[in-house]
Amino acid sequence: MKAKSARKPFRLTKKAFGVPYILFLLLFVVIPLVLILVNAFLDSDNNLTLANFKIFFTSSSSLTVLGNSLLVGVITTLICIIIGYPVAYILSKMSSGKILVLLYVIPMGVNFLIRTLATKAIFIAMDIELGMGTVIFGMVYNYLPFMIMPLHTTLSSIDKSYMEAAQDLGADKATVFFKTTLPLSVSGVISGVTMVFIPTISTYAISQLLSNGKIFLFGDSIQLSFEQGMYGVGSIMSIVMLVFVLISNFIMNRFNRQGNSVRRSLW
Amino acid sequence: MIMQNSVDTIIELKNICKAYDDKTVVNNASLKIKRGEFVTLLGPSGCGKTTTLRMIAGFEMPTSGKIIFNGEDITNTPPHLRSVNTVFQKYALFPHLNVFNNIAFGLKLKTIPNGTKVNRKGETIQLFRKYTKAEIKEKVDNALKMVDLEDYGHRNVASLSGGQQQRVAIARALVNEPEVLLLDEPLGALDLKMRKDMQLELMDMHKRLGITFIYVTHDQEEALTMSDKIVVMRLGEIQQIATPEKVYDEPANAFVADFIGESTILSGVMLADYKVEFCDTVFECVDKGFKPNEPIDIIIRPEDLKILDKDNARSLISAEVISSVFKGDHYQVTVIAGGNELVAHDTETYDVGETVGLYIKPFDLHIMHKTRIINEIDTYVTGENLVEICGTDFECITDLPVGTPVKVYVDFDDVEITDDQSDGTIGANVLSSIYKGNYYQAILSTDDHYNFFADTDYEWLKGDRVGINIAPDKIIVEKRDEEESAAENTSENVVADETLEEYDRYKEEELLTSEEIAHLEADDNIANTLTPDSVDITSEKEDTQE
Repeated sequence: MKAKSARKPFRLTKKAFGVPYILFLLLFVVIPLVLILVNAFLDSDNNLTLANFKIFFTSSSSLTVLGNSLLVGVITTLICIIIGYPVAYILSKMSSGKILVLLYVIPMGVNFLIRTLATKAIFIAMDIELGMGTVIFGMVYNYLPFMIMPLHTTLSSIDKSYMEAAQDLGADKATVFFKTTLPLSVSGVISGVTMVFIPTISTYAISQLLSNGKIFLFGDSIQLSFEQGMYGVGSIMSIVMLVFVLISNFIMNRFNRQGNSVRRSLW
Repeated sequence: MIMQNSVDTIIELKNICKAYDDKTVVNNASLKIKRGEFVTLLGPSGCGKTTTLRMIAGFEMPTSGKIIFNGEDITNTPPHLRSVNTVFQKYALFPHLNVFNNIAFGLKLKTIPNGTKVNRKGETIQLFRKYTKAEIKEKVDNALKMVDLEDYGHRNVASLSGGQQQRVAIARALVNEPEVLLLDEPLGALDLKMRKDMQLELMDMHKRLGITFIYVTHDQEEALTMSDKIVVMRLGEIQQIATPEKVYDEPANAFVADFIGESTILSGVMLADYKVEFCDTVFECVDKGFKPNEPIDIIIRPEDLKILDKDNARSLISAEVISSVFKGDHYQVTVIAGGNELVAHDTETYDVGETVGLYIKPFDLHIMHKTRIINEIDTYVTGENLVEICGTDFECITDLPVGTPVKVYVDFDDVEITDDQSDGTIGANVLSSIYKGNYYQAILSTDDHYNFFADTDYEWLKGDRVGINIAPDKIIVEKRDEEESAAENTSENVVADETLEEYDRYKEEELLTSEEIAHLEADDNIANTLTPDSVDITSEKEDTQE
């Protein structure tokens, strides 16, 4: 009797709905991360070692791959800003902009592998040599919507009266843009950069497929390490990748806080 | 005379119209604003006052008409080239800049004359330069001082209170030394106490700086307190342009009287010059020039109506007290006299049911033409005993053949308003409902933009959707001679406009023969030639008050 009354009866509270997600996180995020950490310090015979670090940080090829990945990430992000900003700006001025943005997003419904294979087929049909150019094209093609969406949201939510106030104070159209619209949309740019740069440095398959395996990016080499049973080196690479993702996230957040007191959600 | 006029007048609006799609927001507004004046655009929401201000600022382009600034036509000048600055309703302070940089925004963009030089061809060229950092700092510091925010330059605008943001917005506009300052309901977001303080500060600033202020508000008290001149607007049309005293004491029509201050509005008949009848009694007044027995509106301000003992010899009419409410510094006494309710302010209270006498000075009886005495619609017979009114066929009693152009008259009393739109033959929105002593006069706007006047026993809420019914025997149908109606249109602009609307409607429905279209197009021309007339009326209005 006593024991029974001490036990809390089960009640369906808001917390209860969080349980599946927490379980999922534990099972598929936390445990794998722990496994990666553990693996990083184990050699093939499950002995504790630091050799994996030595292998990664002394091999020039793996560092080149890392450098290449960062370069591709930066170039892709820049191209996405250059193409995406004007598109988002024009769409935010249009009354039907929301619907048009959907048109940019709908292709994302098709699996990226299928799209990338299709792109490859087109390149081959057009007799374009697969290489760095085609890889970057594929990256931009895949991640451009992630730049346009947050930019469009930010740009269309800027109160029109700021532009009017700037005009009223003597700013012509270009000045209005550079002195109000651009600074007020910084948070959108940062969201977009975060959503393009981080996935591009970690992506795999796109570079392999669109360069016929000529260009090897960091994501690809992680995949390869695990495929070849080099769990230790693969884990180290994953950790390095994670560190880069965390660093870039941190920088973006800092930048966001400085640049704009009005914080907006990612989307 | 003309020369002096152009020097004195800083802004002139000439027949400004603004329409979005089909909806007219500002209709034929003409207005002259003198240098250094404090002008208030006053009216209920949706009356077009803000749109008018935005057209002066340059954010909206008028559909037709001209804006003259210092004698120059600036109708198509973009906002950044106009020498006006705006204080926005929600301040619109840049969130990415601090207070100092917000105020310096305009100064950093400005170029100022910097001597001249002679070029190789021997022409003299005006040189320009930007303000230096030191000059900007000095000006911004002065502006901050003016609005009592000396130490706030480095602050983030989001960290300021509403009142402080307001001051920054004013400083940001004034630091550019505009010739005209536009204020779009700047005090709307502040609490009452703050609003009163800011009113006084703005008036003080206006006096010190000597520049022209154009102020938009829906708060009649604010307008009466602050302005040199009030422009009362309603449904996109200017109702009256006058000093606060004149707007209050001599409202141009029942709308202005109802909107500004408290008042009792009654219907009466002008028997002869200086003689008016209402509440079944003949009163002396100071107005003349009305047609004999012309129906008119009478406006009585509560403070002008004196309550006397019933036996007092000065008493003009006896009345019964129906309520007496304490209002702090006076009692609001409601009485019934001759079947009409009148409101008076008195320092004493009276018992309900007490019989009293009323006195009012002839000078305090404000008499106005009625805007309309009967609903009149030009239309066509569309079937046997059917006429079209506002897009729907109404049953009526007529023996005229189908297609005959007719004039339809409906008395205010005969317009029945139904609570539910579906109970009425046509639907309409209530534009206004004004108490007239013993009934309400409602103005109903149908979807065709025809305004029905209706006298009802009930008050209808502004903005409500209602239905309209008219009994068949109450619709007076008269054959319309097209020639005659055209001639009539020249005498009344309003009617001309209605005819035009109707013309558009019929043109759409392709009900008109080409001959009829040509005829109505002639009306169109007449309406256009009429407009200069209306300008004269407004300028006359202005002249008389000065």
